[in-house]
Amino acid sequence: MKRIKRVFVANRGEIALRIVNACRELGVETVVGASKADRNGLAAREADRAVTIGPAPASESYLRDDLVVQAALGTGCDAIHPGYGFLSESPKLAARAAENGLIFIGPPPEVIELSGDKLRARDEAARAGVPVLPGKEIARDDDVRQAGDEIGYPVLVKAAGGGGGRGIKLARDPDELGNLVSLARSEAGAAFGDERVYLERFVASARHVEVQIAADEHGAVVHLGERDCSVQRRYQKVIEEAPAPDLDAATRNALTAEAVAFANAIGYRNLGTVEFILDVDTGEHYFLEINCRIQVEHPVTEAITGRDLVKLQIHIAGGEPLGFAQSDVVFDGHAIECRLNAEDVARGFMPSPGRLSLFAVPENLHLRVDTHLYPGASIPPYYDSLMAKLIGHAEGRDAAIDVLQEALEDLDVEGVETNRMLLISVLGHDDFHRGAVTTDWLERAIV
Amino acid sequence: MPLSDDDVREILRIIDESDLGELRIQTDGFALHVVRGDRKIDGPAPARSPRSRQPEEAPATAPPPAHKADPADGPLTTIEAPMLGTFYRAEAPGKPPFVDVGQRVQPDTIVCIIEVMKMMNSVTAGVSGTILQIFAANAELVEYGQPLFEVERA
Repeated sequence: MKRIKRVFVANRGEIALRIVNACRELGVETVVGASKADRNGLAAREADRAVTIGPAPASESYLRDDLVVQAALGTGCDAIHPGYGFLSESPKLAARAAENGLIFIGPPPEVIELSGDKLRARDEAARAGVPVLPGKEIARDDDVRQAGDEIGYPVLVKAAGGGGGRGIKLARDPDELGNLVSLARSEAGAAFGDERVYLERFVASARHVEVQIAADEHGAVVHLGERDCSVQRRYQKVIEEAPAPDLDAATRNALTAEAVAFANAIGYRNLGTVEFILDVDTGEHYFLEINCRIQVEHPVTEAITGRDLVKLQIHIAGGEPLGFAQSDVVFDGHAIECRLNAEDVARGFMPSPGRLSLFAVPENLHLRVDTHLYPGASIPPYYDSLMAKLIGHAEGRDAAIDVLQEALEDLDVEGVETNRMLLISVLGHDDFHRGAVTTDWLERAIV
Repeated sequence: MPLSDDDVREILRIIDESDLGELRIQTDGFALHVVRGDRKIDGPAPARSPRSRQPEEAPATAPPPAHKADPADGPLTTIEAPMLGTFYRAEAPGKPPFVDVGQRVQPDTIVCIIEVMKMMNSVTAGVSGTILQIFAANAELVEYGQPLFEVERA
């Protein structure tokens, strides 16, 4: 057994603190690799040790797999936890860690690579019997119009190297498609170093539902239920919940079974999320992509399953068996998470970095708050604007909504602009209360 | 073909005698990047991934020069690590250290090597003066910005 004794935390913000706390509870030491801007942050202070891996810009610190591995080795760590974002889905970091005798807390590099290639992932999903949307790769010499006609309009142009909502364009007719394909190709080449693009049928009215899976190194794969993340702005999730509201049992069973089958088929290890798109008009569901990391929204799953997913990641990476079967996974109540961001909603969601003169989150038995911030803390301009995740957990959905609304109203925050009022109005909206909003709902509601 | 210690010494000698500001040499399994201390170092370039810079990272990306020069500091100053990595006082085990306490240095004097994943990055003094103290221990991890040497300005 390669039990993990000291974890290098290659991330920042709330997730770095979350990993530090999980490790402490497991009796595992932590070293946080912070940028200069985060050197005095809460994660760095709470860890057993912190090292400055580089200057503030992520490209010189959090995105440098060489510095991360060097720092992990130099501080005597035996594992690296990449958190989410940054290098969390970098096959290069996973491979480099392994080459240097370090455990990467995540799937093996070849699985990360497959997941990052959205075209290959689509093919593998189809092979595993998971429904995928009609679509096809567009090679340089292909007849774009013919491909567009086959799939039907409007049609999405997607980058094989994209994912997470990046590199997607919508074409309404053949002329637009012709232009967008060449634009998408050059943009994809520049952004992802991969020019390949493909067409995929556009689902006008869609929900985003994803399944949490866990796979150990001994072949066991389970799911931990689904999450609905349909409240999005520009493909970025704003509010997430578990279970998905008003999901019929047949669809739920199909989604979870397919997620497990897909994970089995590709030799998945550790925690992951299989994302699906649900066509509200037809009731059909389709594979979207698989994410090889802990998700921002993992706490809603933790709330209703009573299982600590970050500890589970470490446990699995240490070679231990899952320790529970699918039948042991039971769900309790309803949980909703909203993301409090430092952004100016009135000014087109512009990031609003700055120093918090006031920051106090209310306490409530049904409320969990994951944050790295405190009064006097500063939000640097270099990274994403996530300030805190508020998670309400109650017996029913309405009660969970109430917990969050009350918490957001009682929250004291001064010094930066936040999206608090937006969150309050979404939670109070009739459409949201009825359940099942679609992924384009929030953007239409804002206008 | 890997570079030998003698090759590295030879390269350093050539650079010392030339007016090159920066030199990169890369062969299979070995890379050397030497930057003179009086240059603005635009990050530890040889190890950088091909990823393009993100727009928000444009301002103030250049790490500070190895030494913190501020006339208000008085005669004492420190040479800081321009990157995280393993600190080496000499080119190779058993070789004499680049500098020792009491030694005079010029801005372009190499004071140590910092290794990041087999990339050897030479660090120059960036200041004229005398080494008073060596803070970092040989072969140990140093952090970005960590004081390595104390120098009394000439």
